[in-house]
Amino acid sequence: MRCSRRSSALLLALFSFLFSTPAGRAQSGEELHFCLHSEPKTFNPILVDDEASENVRYLTGGVLIRVNRQTQALEPALAESWQVSRDGRKITFHLRKGLYFSDGTPFSSEDVAFTMRLLMDPETHSATGDAFRTGAGSIAVQTPSPDVVVVSFPALVAGLERLFDQVAILSSKSPKKEMSVLGPYYVSDYVPGSYVLLRRNLNYWKHDAQGKPLPYIETVRLDIQRNRDIELLRFRRGELQLINRLDAEQFDRLQKDSPGVARNAGTGLDGEELWFNQTAAANLPDYKKKWFQTTAFRQAVSLSINRTDLARVVFDGYATPAYGPVSPSNHFWFNTSLPAPKHDPQAALLLLSRGGFHLENGTLKDSAGHSVEFTVITNSGNTTREKMATMIQQDLSEIGIALKVVTLDFPSLIERITRTFDYDACLLGLVNTDLDPNGQMTVWLSSGEDHQWNPHQKSPATPWEAEIDKLMQEQASTPDEKLRKAKFDRVQQIVAEQQPFIYLINKNALSAVSASLSGAAPVALNPQAFWNIETLRLKPSQEMGASK
Amino acid sequence: MKVRRALRFLCRGALLATLALGLFAGSFTPYSYAHQFRGIPNAAPSAAHWLGTDALGRDLFTRLVYGTRVSLLLAPAAALIASIIAAILGAIAGLRGGWLEKIILACADLSMSLPLLFVLIALRSVLPLDVSPVLSVIATFLALGLIGWPASVRVVWAASRDLRDSDHLLLAQALGYRRSQILFHQVLPCLRPVFLAQFWISIPLFILTEATLSMLGLGVMEPLPSWGNLLRGSEDFSAMAANPWRLVPLLVLVHTVICFQFIFPGSEEIA
Repeated sequence: MRCSRRSSALLLALFSFLFSTPAGRAQSGEELHFCLHSEPKTFNPILVDDEASENVRYLTGGVLIRVNRQTQALEPALAESWQVSRDGRKITFHLRKGLYFSDGTPFSSEDVAFTMRLLMDPETHSATGDAFRTGAGSIAVQTPSPDVVVVSFPALVAGLERLFDQVAILSSKSPKKEMSVLGPYYVSDYVPGSYVLLRRNLNYWKHDAQGKPLPYIETVRLDIQRNRDIELLRFRRGELQLINRLDAEQFDRLQKDSPGVARNAGTGLDGEELWFNQTAAANLPDYKKKWFQTTAFRQAVSLSINRTDLARVVFDGYATPAYGPVSPSNHFWFNTSLPAPKHDPQAALLLLSRGGFHLENGTLKDSAGHSVEFTVITNSGNTTREKMATMIQQDLSEIGIALKVVTLDFPSLIERITRTFDYDACLLGLVNTDLDPNGQMTVWLSSGEDHQWNPHQKSPATPWEAEIDKLMQEQASTPDEKLRKAKFDRVQQIVAEQQPFIYLINKNALSAVSASLSGAAPVALNPQAFWNIETLRLKPSQEMGASK
Repeated sequence: MKVRRALRFLCRGALLATLALGLFAGSFTPYSYAHQFRGIPNAAPSAAHWLGTDALGRDLFTRLVYGTRVSLLLAPAAALIASIIAAILGAIAGLRGGWLEKIILACADLSMSLPLLFVLIALRSVLPLDVSPVLSVIATFLALGLIGWPASVRVVWAASRDLRDSDHLLLAQALGYRRSQILFHQVLPCLRPVFLAQFWISIPLFILTEATLSMLGLGVMEPLPSWGNLLRGSEDFSAMAANPWRLVPLLVLVHTVICFQFIFPGSEEIA
């Protein structure tokens, strides 16, 4: 009996250890709790190239200039002010004085110089550094005084200031290297596969209007949780206070159960698109290549897709029909003169008949008598895309096109669209993190590897691709923002006319914020729900959980 | 015993009714399984849509009855292929013995050690893309049949090994029967109960495997319905709680699998 009682006590202890979640153990103090959806690959801000690491960098890194996620305007951060030279090749920063890294080492222009040299060193292989590389040669960094630093680039870098939003400054003197930071938090503990614990940086330079040091919240625990359903369940149980990037179905459910916590920040930057394989070397019959390379055919397919239905049925209304490559939430770069996407099967049929196609017993045939049918591939397991493809299947059947939907595991799909080019059409999503069109150079240049419909071209296959190449290079080689905007507006116009990508919808930026958290104002830009982490507060009475 | 017999007849009747529902699906519903009533996605059951509609507004009852046709016709076909392969290889291994037995059993063990799901995913990825949904579903079940034999082969092998040294085979050999005559007239009739048992056991197994593949988006291609892809809607457990009628495809699948277990007399009844 005694033995049995002891076993029961042991079992109870084991169960309480197993089922007392990290949330339960961690929430004794003022701790914000949310999830990363994958393991952060690095804590070195220079080497970040994944979303989880980027989130950690945002929370810990101190930058010279910050893009305000709400207004999309630039704000001074570690640099009090800055000037870009007229030729767009040199930037001079005037740094704040008397700042310290999280480990107490002082901050000076030497640290900026150290960071920039490391960032631009080809041996570092930094994706952040690649954005600054617009010409051959190396950068020059001068530090005329401890609070002034001048960075000169070998060639013009368009939108130069904005790129510094991604450059977290490292300490040149601290023995802790990248773990010594200037951001609101520092990494205090990391258990791979489990969580990252961030603590408040006591040396953080920002204060609120009353002079109180920021951030308000003492610790942030980022649980590594891939399963979004479990994440939602934990949020409902009050173990998490934030969820970023909710899908429409989860959001809809949350909205019905607890309307106050579901936050819709409106149209986001991410979109879904369809494209045809126009690769010359593709192993496709010539007549199919001819269809896919015909502008009228692509326009007709675009016209026959009911984007409003896609947004309403598949995304429960939490999406908007897409105009083109730039979401309307990208205030500066979106071309407002683009026509709204239309659904007009009759106009589609008219276009097709002009292109030599005709309807025969409800089946669309080309001038040589081939029935128009093709296959669209998408990644398996993504129910949203499968639903979209099935809806497009019905839309296209209205103009006599037979569409087959094939789902493939992701590696097979990538193999087909990047190496073998053994596919007709593909439906995938576009994740946009950069507002500036320079971030899309590899998509728009005909030689680019992300120029998905016909990548790696030696010379542009069509006059309109040649024009896009020219416009993109021109906008990248001028510091004049108005001129850049005019050039990129024209690119958007060409894309809307030629439809190399048939843009379908832009998803809304959906998130969940617990009632126990105040100050949250989710936005469309990353990191949507915690962009203003410094000013978020946990309500004392509800520290132990989110609203149920 | 009486109860079991009654249950058996009940299960046979239920299975026949389900099969008839699938075969004559068009007579039971006025809708096409692919038509999307986009104004009423996720609708609750009504007089017009007995089981409501799915996320794209397709009539769920229509999809269920057409899905029955796919799952209930093709799963037995796959089970037949797998059972025939298992019967032939198991019988050869059990009767011949020696190195051939070792090779066949080693192949069976090797096949069983392969993760079936990943083999199917790999097979699916090398299939040409421009196959029709009907061909795709046939290919899926054919693949299931062709790689689903190893478990059964060991059962058939064990039964045929017992036969190898039996008196009646010895007598047949002494009487000068050819090997093929012994195989077809002496061995296979004795293995028939084992073969049939393996066949009936495999049917629900293949229905469930197709359901798993469809849950992963790799089974029957849209818009063709199958029980598997209808079950994909049940991934979302909180939506299920709000719309319990969505569980009907799961209930039909469970009912069918249970019926398959009861349609043959048990050993105690035979005795």
